[in-house]
Amino acid sequence: MPRQALTLVGVWVALMALLATTIAATFGPFGAWKAAINLSVAFCKAGLIFWVFMHLREQRGIARVVALSFLLWLAILMGLTLADVLSR
Amino acid sequence: MTALPLQTPEERVSYLNAGHTLRSWFLTTDHKRIAILYLVAITGFFAVAAVGAALIRLQLMTPTGELLSHEGYNRAFTLHGVVMVWFFLIPSIPNTFGNFLIPLMIGAKDLAFPRLNLASWYIFVGGGIFTLYALIAGGVDTGWTFYTPLSTMYANGHVLAVIAGITIAGFSSILTGLNFIVTVHKLRAPGMTWGRLPLFVWSHYATSVILVLATPVLAMTLILLFAERALRLAIFDPSIGGDPLLFQHLFWFYSHPAVYIMILPAMGVVSELVTAGARKRVFGYWFVACASLAIAGVGFLVWGHHMFVSGQSPYAGAIFSFLSLAVAVPSAVKVYNWTATLYKGEVVLDPPLLYGMAFVGLFTIGGLSGLMLALLAIDEHVHDTYFVVAHFHYIMVGGAVSGFLGAAHFWWPKITGRMYPLVWGRISAGLIFLGFNLTFFPQYLLGYLGMPRRYPTYPPEFQALNVLSSAGASVLFVAYVLPLVYFTWSLRNGRAAGANPWGASGLEWTTPSPPPKHNFEQIPVVDRPAYDYPLTRARGDE
Amino acid sequence: MSEYVTLREPYAARRQQSDADFLGMYVFLATEAMLFGALMCLTFLYRTQHPQASALAAQHMQLWIGAANTGILLTSSLFVALGVLAARHGQRRTTAGMLAGAMALGVVFLTLKGIEYGLDYRDGLMPVIGHPSPVRQGPAGLFIDLYFVATALHALHMIVGLVVLGTAATLVLRGAKRLPGQAVVVEMSGLYWHFVDVVWVFLFPIFYLARG
Repeated sequence: MPRQALTLVGVWVALMALLATTIAATFGPFGAWKAAINLSVAFCKAGLIFWVFMHLREQRGIARVVALSFLLWLAILMGLTLADVLSR
Repeated sequence: MTALPLQTPEERVSYLNAGHTLRSWFLTTDHKRIAILYLVAITGFFAVAAVGAALIRLQLMTPTGELLSHEGYNRAFTLHGVVMVWFFLIPSIPNTFGNFLIPLMIGAKDLAFPRLNLASWYIFVGGGIFTLYALIAGGVDTGWTFYTPLSTMYANGHVLAVIAGITIAGFSSILTGLNFIVTVHKLRAPGMTWGRLPLFVWSHYATSVILVLATPVLAMTLILLFAERALRLAIFDPSIGGDPLLFQHLFWFYSHPAVYIMILPAMGVVSELVTAGARKRVFGYWFVACASLAIAGVGFLVWGHHMFVSGQSPYAGAIFSFLSLAVAVPSAVKVYNWTATLYKGEVVLDPPLLYGMAFVGLFTIGGLSGLMLALLAIDEHVHDTYFVVAHFHYIMVGGAVSGFLGAAHFWWPKITGRMYPLVWGRISAGLIFLGFNLTFFPQYLLGYLGMPRRYPTYPPEFQALNVLSSAGASVLFVAYVLPLVYFTWSLRNGRAAGANPWGASGLEWTTPSPPPKHNFEQIPVVDRPAYDYPLTRARGDE
Repeated sequence: MSEYVTLREPYAARRQQSDADFLGMYVFLATEAMLFGALMCLTFLYRTQHPQASALAAQHMQLWIGAANTGILLTSSLFVALGVLAARHGQRRTTAGMLAGAMALGVVFLTLKGIEYGLDYRDGLMPVIGHPSPVRQGPAGLFIDLYFVATALHALHMIVGLVVLGTAATLVLRGAKRLPGQAVVVEMSGLYWHFVDVVWVFLFPIFYLARG
């Protein structure tokens, strides 16, 4: 049990490090890339929370598909609407 | 062998007489009783929405109709649209027949979350009563589509109350879809593999995917609308750079898949009606099953075809046009497969099959007009005309309502243990087909000739077609009342039904009519494919 | 372990019931993701249409409160995860303690949020009330209003999360739910809380860090 608890604490350390990174990136000289960097960091954090804290790594196929399906659907919403917004 | 008369439903122990108190009905967790609670609720909502339709058709009998004020007419078609879409069509088949049949069809004793099922009914009725009150106590004039900035800034009326009620009812949709998905994944009987599931179940599974992924987007859209109107937030306000078109994108991202929520369950019903009516295994089982999933999936990619002339970029319009043509393909696959199932089958023209065939014909006509609308060049001319109105009524009424009535005529003996007089079933099917076409075919012509929708008046040269349409509506009214009459009559006087009066294949037909409270004494073990015709027992046996 | 799990209708096996509970919760969380995701998509689309105004609006956000809240919420998730671990090992008091710790952090989050809203009011960012700052005119107002809707909705979900965690902790501490057999109530509560955390993980960069 202590080993598993240690894993959880390790994930927490990673999450805090990612938080520090994203804040630093906001103040850094990254210009237009900031949004992409911050979003990527957010995805990493969310991924860690889903995979470890939310036990997605223990689940079988269908639960994983369900848990992550929304990503595809939001991509559809975003993508096709963006196609309109950018080409008007 | 069957010399003794069948027990009447009152004599037999079943879910219907497992408790006679109000409490046993209103606090039930039995999916079959909840299905009946839903049936009563949606019938009531249908009647209210039909009143809206009656007002519209009465107003349009004359070119300068004086029945309603212009404001009143707007409220009439908004009432009709809101109640029909959210309080009749979306719950119609899934929450009545889906609730009743899915556990029976997969060999389970109930849905995955029975108490959630009951909660969804209360949420639905709560949202519905709230919306209904608002629509009647003054109403809303924005149309069921609530476009901004009319709905947020300029409309008078109870917009906030109506959209609050719709959002509440939306949670009922989400919970139903959730329940169905988990049920189909986890509660199938031993041996009931995905490849042996009835196509009715496949359709409802695809519908449930849409329910859970699309409805939350509607909830957010309505929350934003509520916030903008109630708190004077600036979300879609064009005066400070807000984009009303983004409202439309968010709204239609849900509302287009919503029409597939309305049609997929009916398609599932038709699959059952056609195979049972032809007593023949469905042609191309996997094609039909995958077509359901394809409709659900591709249906999420086409919403921009509601916005071709709203200011959307023509490039996005072209993309959406192409995808809208593509989504017709899986629907067409189903039509071909149903037709091929009937070919060389032992066709018996009982009412369920008549409704199934009505669906196939009317849905095809509606679908073809949909292809026309998907083409930018045609839609440029017929957008917002009666051509569009005719198109979606052919699908929703000719299609979805035919499916609903077909389901009622097919599974009534299972649900109630009583048979209705078949001759009246055939008469009502014919009358509905006649009345429907009389009502809505003229509307294709009117739209093509240029009559706009949502207008309370029209040029005098359109009167003849409008009168035909209104006349058809009165036939439809009678035709819809007929089943209410003979179904109610059958509850006391109908012949007692056996377990399998149609000689159909499917686990639900192996239980008594009506089924016992827990469906199966022992969970069945399935070792035969779906639609296992010819059945070893002859038609009509106990 | 399995002797405490009560089988509900209509399940025939404990693994089946547990799988169904997890799948149901993931489906529910997917719907919540679509809800918040739609709002985030709208925000991105406005950022695409009005990049400078969005950056200007973001500069008026209380970045350090937002950052502190992110750290607090991530830590509360750790507590919840440890609580679930303890529940799986049948440790009643540790479970309740961890959940209580998470709840305490949740209350700190909401307190800071309240203070933040107070500062927003002082700066004239709030709709309807207060003296509107010139920032609210023009497209920056769109961004600011979306920020309020998003964070208010999130706070509402946090409050529900506190109730959920509190109920789970109470049931476990009183022995109404025995561990580890009936740990599912802690697991489900944990999933919900983690999800509310994930929503914030995205809200933070989208609104607070969008300063250009």
